[in-house]
Formats: sequence, structure tokens, C-alpha cells
Amino acid sequence: MQEPVTVDRETANRELLDFVFSWPKWFFATTGLLGGVITLGLIIFLLLMIFGLQLFGYAHPVYWGFPVVNFVFWIGVSHAGIMVSAILRLAQAEWRRPVTRAAEVLTIFSLMTAMTFPIIHSGRPWRTLYWEFPYDWMRGIWPNPRSPLVWDPAAIFTYLTSTVMFVYIALLPDLALARDRVKNPIGKAVYGVLSLGFRGTTRQWRIQAIAGILLSALILPIFVSVHSIVSWDFAVTIIPGWHNTVFAPYFVIGAVHSGVSAVVTVMIVMRYAFGLKNFITKDHIDSLARLLIIVATVWLFFFMLDFMFGLYGTEPAEVDTWQRRLMEPPWTAIAIIFIITGYIIPVGLWLFRRVRRNFFLMFVTTVLVNIGMWLERYMIVIPGLERKSNLTFQYGDYLPSAAEFGIIAAQLALVIAGFLVFSKLLPIMPAADIKEGQILRDEIKVGRARVPATMREA
Amino acid sequence: MASATDTAELPVVAAAATLPTDDPHPETDGHRWGMVIDGDKCTGCQACVVACQSENNLALNEENRVIERRAKTWIRIERYWEGEWPNAKARFLPVLCQHCGNAPCETVCPVWATYHNPDGLNVQVYNRCIGTRFCANACPYSVRYFNFWEPEWPSPMDRQLNPDVTVRTKGIVEKCTFCIHRINRTKRQADRDGRPVADGEVEPACVQACPTTALVFGDLNDSESKVSELSHSKRAYSLLDALGTAPAITYLKKVDPSHVDEHEEHGH
Repeated sequence: MQEPVTVDRETANRELLDFVFSWPKWFFATTGLLGGVITLGLIIFLLLMIFGLQLFGYAHPVYWGFPVVNFVFWIGVSHAGIMVSAILRLAQAEWRRPVTRAAEVLTIFSLMTAMTFPIIHSGRPWRTLYWEFPYDWMRGIWPNPRSPLVWDPAAIFTYLTSTVMFVYIALLPDLALARDRVKNPIGKAVYGVLSLGFRGTTRQWRIQAIAGILLSALILPIFVSVHSIVSWDFAVTIIPGWHNTVFAPYFVIGAVHSGVSAVVTVMIVMRYAFGLKNFITKDHIDSLARLLIIVATVWLFFFMLDFMFGLYGTEPAEVDTWQRRLMEPPWTAIAIIFIITGYIIPVGLWLFRRVRRNFFLMFVTTVLVNIGMWLERYMIVIPGLERKSNLTFQYGDYLPSAAEFGIIAAQLALVIAGFLVFSKLLPIMPAADIKEGQILRDEIKVGRARVPATMREA
Repeated sequence: MASATDTAELPVVAAAATLPTDDPHPETDGHRWGMVIDGDKCTGCQACVVACQSENNLALNEENRVIERRAKTWIRIERYWEGEWPNAKARFLPVLCQHCGNAPCETVCPVWATYHNPDGLNVQVYNRCIGTRFCANACPYSVRYFNFWEPEWPSPMDRQLNPDVTVRTKGIVEKCTFCIHRINRTKRQADRDGRPVADGEVEPACVQACPTTALVFGDLNDSESKVSELSHSKRAYSLLDALGTAPAITYLKKVDPSHVDEHEEHGH
């Protein structure tokens, strides 16, 4: 077992806030590159506004494609936020501390990115903006609350709002810390306003802590609801392969699988990019990997359920869809890659302690998981549309276009850039939380046994 | 893969009346427009397709658009081969919007651009449509089409547009309306004359164009109408009946003399 590194409070403050105050060269190079990709995405969006959806690969009868797959994918990634910060906080898992904010910030930016998809892929984006946001309940002209596309924004905006509140409340002490340390007057003014006059009095700490715990508890229903509702986009229709009651829990657990994997990926990158060797240790990665083994296996169970329900239903169209997903040429390859990268390689490797404690291997396996999970969403969304019913005349295949690949690259860049810029402007490491953890750790070193904090909840 | 003609002797006719619907617009003025398509009479001549195309201002389906599968045909003839060569038989199935009583497309639209009107028609409001294409996905018959382009007609075809029908813009979904402009015109005329709409007075373009009268249109609520009578035929079935969409279109099974002789019970 690796000993948790304890650094004194001054070093902790310096190292945790280092990135906010320094300007490493790679930051400019990376944001420049990401900015280029995002610009490409904006150009594609502009072209879409001019030429319409003919630029995408949609064709009768497949009217949804990559954008919807990516929408589901990014909503899935966003589930890491609640899983890591709220659930692990309520479960008093000590090792969550350095991870929480990274997970929540990932949540915020992946949610925001996901929300751009309905706009991008609708036929008339300007009308979508005008009529969907905000939804016209007031005048009651055209509300159709039966539509899952109305439930979606409700769930996602609730999630986004609560996550932003959650992040902000946890940020307060760190903003105050940044305010006290920043040299440049503009930064001081900005952090001063943002920290809402946080001075670290007992009363302020108490309010901050209570708000944090309350929000963790209140946010839990959202954990279940968001991806359930996204799954109902599909489950409430009568498309074979979509019309499935198991979708809600299946999507939620799949979301946790890809989300927590994404958090591990991000943590490992942060460890090297931001110089956080003292704070993101092998213990953290190890704990998350153990969590992931469980999550991944439950997810596989739900995948099997989906498959079995499809077969036991003996509905011809549903069985056809599974036949297509698993047996027909382009999909067989996707199915094999998906199951190997989504489950077999990662979980097979995570069983070994040496892999769980190896940053490089964990980076590779968690990236593989997200590749697999993306393909899983692709397999869920497309084949049912290609073979919608027994009317063979209307069979049609979906072939994504270059514009769709460009949009997807731009969205990935958007999430990474959002994360980078956030960590440049605001402390990405929860300094106060980490220091609290160190104090707690000090306090439990009583008696002869020196118990590492990562084992405390056991 | 069973062709639709296999679903033989199912009692489907009263489906629309018996299935629970969450119809937001209960029938108020007594019409429930419906159609009967006689598979025995259809020769697959595509006259209905052409008639629909010109009546409803549909842009030309050029070769590329057909290859891209982006052609719009509000009514299309599905063709199936039955049997092995040299005894293969062509089976034709005209498929258009089924104007379902329990329409899967209506519930999913976030802006209620598609709804059930008092005449039992499933109507699309082009101005409301934002182009989520969810309805086109949800429709099991795939009869909803998305406008990938602004419609254009080579001169002089742009001069023969039907003034009664909206030219739809790019980015929205459209589909068969049962020629609602003709229905409304007839209803107005009947109102002016102070009489009910007579059976057979309303004819959508496809029905009018059908040389073999394979398509029959009328009021299903009028038990005397030809369409009601035909929809109670022993050969009647609805498309994808198991989905419970309660279509307003009834198909009549093909009568195949050679099969009737051998297996009278099982049909075709």
C-alpha cells in the first residue's frame, strides 16, 4: 500500500493553486489547437444553417445519427459528477476529495456540450431556440408535455443548475484562498466578488458545509432521473431496439460506467499536466478502478437483460434488430469492438492490482471504455431505425458524413477546452476539501495503528 | 420476414373504435376520413404517386435524391416478390400516411406540430415544425419525409404549383394530408348548399388518379359509405396491426385464384 503523501498546508495551498497563477507554454498550444477544432465546428454549424441537414448522413428512414449518439454519450459522461461527488460524499469515501471538482466540472461542460446537439441537429435551429428555450408553458400555445423531447431539457437543466450550485458552494473557500493569494489587482477584484466575502469564520464554514451536504442529498434523484429521461427518448417509442422497459436503469449504469472512466482519464491527465503528484495518487486510481469493476459488471448485466428481453419477446422486428446488431456485417464489427473495449479488456485488466495502480494502463483502459460506450450508444440508436418494421421496402442504411465527424471532434474539443479554461481561471483542485481530508486523517491516527484514510470507510 | 399480405383473417376493422386513444381532439363534426386500398385491384402503375406529387407541390425526385434515399413520396408503392422465379408474382402495397387513431408520431413532437384534427386526420403544421425529425423516426410506416432542400422546380414546372397547398420550406417534416384542401373545399361547398357531404364527393388526388379504383376514400363514420362497407370485408387488414396504431387505412387482401383453389382457408 502506498502511503498517502502528506504535505504541509502551505505547500498544499501553493501546489493546488499553482496552475491558476502560472502560464505554462503547453496551455497556449493546447487551447490554440482546441480553439482551431472548435472553429471548424462553428464553420460546419454555419454551413448547416445555410445548407440545412443535407450535409449530414440522414436519409429515409434513418433521421437520427451521430449527433443524437453523441448527445447520449455526453449526458452519460456527465453522470460522473454526481456519482463521484454526491454519492461518494454521502458514503464518506475519503479518497473522493481531490476528484470531486474535476468530476463536477466535467459534468458541467459535458452537459453544456450535450445540450448543443438538439440545436445543431434540428432542421430549423433558430426555431428550436425560440420555441424550446424557454418552453412556452405560459401562453399555452403549443406545449406537448407527452413528448420526451420536452422532458429532456427539464431534466438536463435541473441537473446543470444543481451541479453549478454544487460546484460554486464547494468553490467558495478556494475562491477566497485565490483572492488572498493573487497578486494582480484585476484577479483580486474578480475573486473577491466571486468569493462572496468568504472569510473562513465558523458560521460561514458551517453554512457552507450544510449546503454542500444538503445539495449532495437533493441531487441524488437527479442522478437517477437524467439518464432515465434520456433513455425514454428511445424507450417510449415503438421502434424495435428502442422500445424497451429496461432502458432507464441500463442507461443510468452505462452513464456511470463511462462517466467514472472519463473522470479517471481526466485525473491522470491532470496529475501530469498540473503537477499534482502529491494529491492524485495510486490509491485514488485504485479505488476508482475497483468501483468501476462493479459498475461495469452491473452495466454488462443490463446489456444482457436488454438482449434477453429482445429475444424472449419474440417480436419479429425486435429479434431482427438484434440479428442486425450482432450478425450483420458493419454492425458485427462494431458489436465486437464495443464489447471488447467496453468490458473485456478494461475489466479484465482492472482485476490486477498492478494495473489498477499503473497510471498509463489506467489511462488507456478508461479511454477504451469510453470508445466502447460511444459505440454502445451508436448500436442502440441506429439499427432500430434502419429496420423499423416488416415493410422491407423502406429499409435504409445510415452512413455518417464528414460534417458529422467534424461536429463530433469540435464537441470533444469544446469539453476539453471548457475544462482547461475553467482550471486556468478557477482552482480545479478542491484545496479546502483536500486540506480538510488531511486534518481528518491526522485525527484518526490515534492508537498504535496508523490507518490510511482510503481504508476508513471499509 | 412476413409480407403484410400474410396477416390474413384478422378482425381489424373496428380497431380504431375499440382501442384506447389519448386523442386530444374528440371528433366533433362527425367525420372520420378513411381509405380502403384493395390489394387485388392495385396494378402498381404509380399513377397515384404521380398524382400526389403534382397535387401536393412535391419537388421532383431526381435520380440522386432517390439514390441518397432522400426522395419524398407521400404515397409510395411497395413492391414485393412472392415465390421463386419463374413463378414469381409481384405484390403491390401502396403505403401512405395511415392517419392513425393512436399515432406514434403525435406524442413525440415537442412543439405539437403534428396533432389529430376533429376529422380524424393526422395533420402536420409546417410553421410549428422545428425539424427534430422525432416523428419521422417514431412512425413505423416511415411515411414522414424530411425536407433536406428548399423545393425547386425547373421552369415551366414552377408555374403549375397547386395554390391550395403550401410549398414547404427546408428543415421540416411533411407527409400525406389526405388532400385536406380538397376535403375542406368540399365541406365548405356542402355547407353553402346546406347539405351533408355526399359519399364519394371528396377524392384525394391518389384516389382520383387510380385507374383500377383500388383506392377508395370516404367517411368511416358514415355506415352507408362505400369505404365503411369495404372496410368490413372479409379480406380487410391493417398494416402492422400488432402495433395498435389504429390506422384509418384498411387494406384488402389480394385474391389469388390459384391459391384460393388449393388452400381456401389460408388465403393467397
